[in-house]
Amino acid sequence: MKYVCLGYYDKAKFDGMTESERNAMFDRCFEYDDHLRANGHWGGGEALQGPETALTLSWKNGKVATTDGPYAETKEQLGGILVLEARDMNHAVDLMTQHPALTYGNVFEIRPVGEMNEVVKASEQRRRQKVTR
Amino acid sequence: MSPPVPEQLSRSVETLYRSESGCVLATLVRLLGDLDLAEESMHEAFAAALESWPRTGIPDKPRPWLISTARFKAIDAMRRRARFDGAQRDLVTHMESRVNDASLEDEEIEDDRLRLIFTCCHPALSPEGQVALTLREICGLTTEEIARAFLVTPATLAQRIVRAKVRIREASIPYEVPAPQELPERLDAVLQVIYLVFNEGYSAAAGAQVMRAELTGEAIRLGRLLTELQPEPEGPEPEVMGLLALMLLQDSRRAARTSRAGELILLENQDRSLWNREQIAEGVALVEKALNSHRFGPYTLQAAIAAVHAEAESTAATDWRQIVALYNQLMRIQPSPVVHLNRAVAIAMCDGPEAGLTQIDGVFEHGGLANYYLAHSARADMYRRLGRTAEALASYEKALALTQQEPERQFLQARIRQLK
Repeated sequence: MKYVCLGYYDKAKFDGMTESERNAMFDRCFEYDDHLRANGHWGGGEALQGPETALTLSWKNGKVATTDGPYAETKEQLGGILVLEARDMNHAVDLMTQHPALTYGNVFEIRPVGEMNEVVKASEQRRRQKVTR
Repeated sequence: MSPPVPEQLSRSVETLYRSESGCVLATLVRLLGDLDLAEESMHEAFAAALESWPRTGIPDKPRPWLISTARFKAIDAMRRRARFDGAQRDLVTHMESRVNDASLEDEEIEDDRLRLIFTCCHPALSPEGQVALTLREICGLTTEEIARAFLVTPATLAQRIVRAKVRIREASIPYEVPAPQELPERLDAVLQVIYLVFNEGYSAAAGAQVMRAELTGEAIRLGRLLTELQPEPEGPEPEVMGLLALMLLQDSRRAARTSRAGELILLENQDRSLWNREQIAEGVALVEKALNSHRFGPYTLQAAIAAVHAEAESTAATDWRQIVALYNQLMRIQPSPVVHLNRAVAIAMCDGPEAGLTQIDGVFEHGGLANYYLAHSARADMYRRLGRTAEALASYEKALALTQQEPERQFLQARIRQLK
């Protein structure tokens, strides 16, 4: 099963780290990511640029509104996502429990991916019917 | 990226996971002395299987392959940790020698599973933690499957398992079969967990949740495993046989217990030709063996009662006197209100509803069953048979207010409609 792990970090704390502290953290985290890859647990993942680079879209008064910055202004910001291949939720928990990022104060939210196959199939059928009508 | 795994192979590996993961895990726990590390390396061994078996084919003996692959993975994991934590280096050396010298005999592996059951059912863990851990670590069910069966979210169930594992670590709960002097009490705890798993599946077997019916199967599997705890000539503890017999006999009625529409069918109305004769024969043989030991307890007595039902051709042909006698014995060793209630129902079958009602009133006077829907439902049934409709209706209504199980509710509602 696939689990999406949303990694949150404290930007102020991160900005306050020295370069060598940051490098040490990256080395440990990437080493663990390699371990996940080597064992078939890595379903993909990306680090995100800082929250100040975000552009947020929404629908307001019948048109698209754009705002600078992230959707949620919180102390902990989304720093990256990791897609995990695991047997079940507890397996995902065990794998992420060992992720070195945790020891640097980062937080992971683990969510099972939604099973959308049936929903997609039903939707395709509805759309086909619309076309033939 | 490795090439995609052929579907047939990935299905075989999944089947293998179901049958082997419990054994593989338990042996790894013995070798590594650490549940988390054992689990991690087992998952990696299965992942390695998916990667290499498309090329090499499935080995003749997958279990030793998985165990030995997993132990290399475990040593790798320990080495990896040691790179960041010098204190682990000595441990790795120690573990390597221990892991390499360990025995992989089949017999030893069966013992490993038993050791792990006692750990999973340790009284220091919460009851729900014991159940969840047993189903996941011994039966190989996933967090999601167990969560579905117990109608909780996967996140809730995952936490139960995480907490139970933390507790095992913090309380240094050993991975071992308890010493003989401790065994009866600890065995009791294991039997309780197994029966809880069984009842969870059995009481809801009529629901739409197929998974819940699977729980009864898992419980029977665990019961069988426990009978292997003490080999012949002494053989298993009588209560171990008693519990297995009880589960087999109750489960033998599964096909007859519900209608196609999912409605509950009472024992008296069941089509007895649908009962599973093979399971009944096995259950009856186990009951007889347990009774002959003269050291039996409540599970054996309940199984004996179930056996009397199983061997009767109809409700009328049932030896109710013997059932009352068995309940009398059960009352002496386990005088619970529920046993008292069941005895009252059996007395009603022998001596009529009036006698049963007197008994049930006695149970209510002792207190304890006021919130138990079956007590109200049984009382309602006595009133109904005595023609005391108003009192019957009131009791059915009370029972209805006390149960959330859909088949039971439908049954009670039907009874109420009939009386109105």
